[in-house]
Amino acid sequence: MTEERTRGGTAGVEAPVVLEMRGVTKAFGPVKANDGVSITLGRGEILGLLGENGAGKSTLMKILYGLYSPDEGEVFVDGERAEIRDPKDAVSRGIGMVHQHFTLIPALTVAENIVLGAEPRKGATLDLAKAIKDTEELSERYGLRVDPRTRVADLSVGAQQRVEILKALYRKARILVLDEPTAVLTPQETEDLFSVLKELVADGLSIILITHKLGELLGISNRITIIRDGKVVETVEASGTDEGALARLMVGREVLLRVEKTEAKVGGPRLSAEGLVVLSGAGAKAVDGIGLEVRGGEILGIAGVDGNGQTELAEALAGTRPAESGLVRLDGEDVTRVGANGRQGRGLAYVPEDRGAKGLVQDFSLSENNALKTYDEAPFSKWGWIFPKAMRRRAAEALRAYDVRPPDPDARAGSLSGGNQQKAVLARELSGDPGVIIAAQPTRGVDVGAIEFIHRQLLEQRARGKAILLISLELEEVRSLSDRVAVIYDGRIVGEVGPDATDEELGLLMAGRTGGEKDA
Amino acid sequence: MDEIFGAPGQLLASTIRNATPLVFAALGGMFSERSGVVNIGLEGLMLISAFAGVVGAFLSGSAVVALAFALAAGLVFALIHALMCVTFEADQIISGTAINLLALGGTGFLMVSVFGAGGTSPRVEGFGEVPIPLLSSIPVVGPALFSQSVLVYLMYVMVPATFFVLFRTPFGLRLRATGESPEAVDTAGISVGRMRYYGVALSGLLASLGGIYLSMGILSAFTENMTNGRGFIALAALIFGRWNPIGAAGAALLFGFALAVTFSAPQEAIPNEFLQMIPYVLTIVALAAFGGRAIAPAAIGKPYRKE
Repeated sequence: MTEERTRGGTAGVEAPVVLEMRGVTKAFGPVKANDGVSITLGRGEILGLLGENGAGKSTLMKILYGLYSPDEGEVFVDGERAEIRDPKDAVSRGIGMVHQHFTLIPALTVAENIVLGAEPRKGATLDLAKAIKDTEELSERYGLRVDPRTRVADLSVGAQQRVEILKALYRKARILVLDEPTAVLTPQETEDLFSVLKELVADGLSIILITHKLGELLGISNRITIIRDGKVVETVEASGTDEGALARLMVGREVLLRVEKTEAKVGGPRLSAEGLVVLSGAGAKAVDGIGLEVRGGEILGIAGVDGNGQTELAEALAGTRPAESGLVRLDGEDVTRVGANGRQGRGLAYVPEDRGAKGLVQDFSLSENNALKTYDEAPFSKWGWIFPKAMRRRAAEALRAYDVRPPDPDARAGSLSGGNQQKAVLARELSGDPGVIIAAQPTRGVDVGAIEFIHRQLLEQRARGKAILLISLELEEVRSLSDRVAVIYDGRIVGEVGPDATDEELGLLMAGRTGGEKDA
Repeated sequence: MDEIFGAPGQLLASTIRNATPLVFAALGGMFSERSGVVNIGLEGLMLISAFAGVVGAFLSGSAVVALAFALAAGLVFALIHALMCVTFEADQIISGTAINLLALGGTGFLMVSVFGAGGTSPRVEGFGEVPIPLLSSIPVVGPALFSQSVLVYLMYVMVPATFFVLFRTPFGLRLRATGESPEAVDTAGISVGRMRYYGVALSGLLASLGGIYLSMGILSAFTENMTNGRGFIALAALIFGRWNPIGAAGAALLFGFALAVTFSAPQEAIPNEFLQMIPYVLTIVALAAFGGRAIAPAAIGKPYRKE
């Protein structure tokens, strides 16, 4: 083992190895998602698996769990070669997985979800009483609080994650893989999760933690394996590294972790909402009386855990979802009854959170997508005819200006990577020189390089006196870009803080606990 | 009332008789749809089984053979639907429509080749009424409920039985889970395809009971297109009953009552064409009023493809 450590700066395992993946290669078409990847996991260890979106972390873990079959490579569990063809094989080898997108069934209860596929029986019937009892025992033992009788649909995201972990433990998992577990949690929930993980490890379990967040890995993992472009770059001891070094390894070049922000030159109010109430698709009040004001030259950040009304708020402000009651004002004008097209004509740009479904038409070319909102205006159209040549010329300019790769106006939008798709959306929305910008999750699922670019663009618009509303689940992003941070919880703004607020302060607000003078 | 619709007992008996095929088909549809496969082919499944049962009885003279024929026909046609929807990931509505057309055209064609003429088959020995001692002598409801064919009694048993299977067995849990989230079922190590085959196969078997009751319980012969939309009414009952056996049976009883009224009302009083509309209008009204709010299995209608 000590030999391994010295070789190429690769940190070795000290405890007995419970899992080894050796030379795993998996290609999707011409793209190699994994290219000769090898990792080892020791008993009682937390291994961090770090990499950008699309680096191949999730592919590797899906291979481990039998959801993909590798083109090459082997898996060893407890030193024994393991043929893992489907999740059943993985489970029988003691491998459990908490997926990024939960695989729980909202319509079923917690206990039903946990025992699904390994049901306790009484004769031919399902022994629900035992399922509930088993769930309660497990949840008590590891401090994973959850009521087995509740329907999963009624649980918070944090609680759903606890159910996912319980599901793996119920199947006697000894190796637990968590895929981006903190993406949906408040800072406090993340802390709770990490203390549960420490307890599990103390109990003899081994954990692989996948993430693209640098900071949290340092605190909890023993070793960190960094993956870039489908290959292992290096494995380091968590105690002997720092965020800067990890970021360099992850991206392959020097990265600016902190954005440079100039002094805000705040102008008059440009976008405002009063007593805004918006219904969700299911008819519930997703936004429940929100008032806010964004002034020129500033970025107002909306922080909050996913599903607290962010989507509906953005859509109601952009005009793609009707307001049940309340007012939306754009440059002083009441636009509550004005549609999305009318608001855009009045200088509002909207970067929707789901670029795949709402930002772009995947099967259209980039030039068509670029003209999607202005196809009926000169120079794209005259007397009911559209002019593809003009569309293509304008698109080519915009794509170059916003560093979309490839800058080919005829490329199909769906063929681009997430980051480039997002830049294409930005190119369309910002090239019309709008006065107000709503950016919802502008960097979700986007690689670090593109994040840097998008952040710079937003800050440049701010410097030019534009009013920007930034809605994001990434606390770091909200904090580094915003001049003011409003926290949304359960459809209300529960508090407003400065960008230098602490994790604890923000976390409490994000969990809906309004404290003292910050009460809004 | 009595002069127009006959005695209340008669109307109740007729309601039960008209509801029975609907209940069977709705319960069948429930298994299919709970597994995530839309089954608008219920109509065709009932029709082919109604025909197969009569052929079985015609050839053997035995009700048991007739039943076996009907079940086999329903199962085979259901498996065709499963093959198209699950294995080949075809559009489930198109596949169901194909089943319906195949059954309609196929029975019409086979009528000529088996019995030598289209229209109505020769009479066969049907499932007679078997009064249950004591119960059938309860005034009014006794004869209506308990002086019926064995298939009706089987229907009585089937409603709680399907409820039990769906909500109290591991199979039922897995089936419900498959219709809600096949991804979750897959990661739990259960085969989505197999669960869907089971669900669709059960729908074929149950629908075939409804079919044979039409041709050999109510009548004693097969008539072309004798289902006449009952498969679709059963589908409406399933949705109206929110994919729950008890609810679906209740809704089927309501539609059965509408059919009973249609058949027993005097034609001089109200135009026949108008009466015949009633069950279908009721179906539309029920769906419009409750269909939108009904909560369908989340993954219904979507073929499952592993990444």
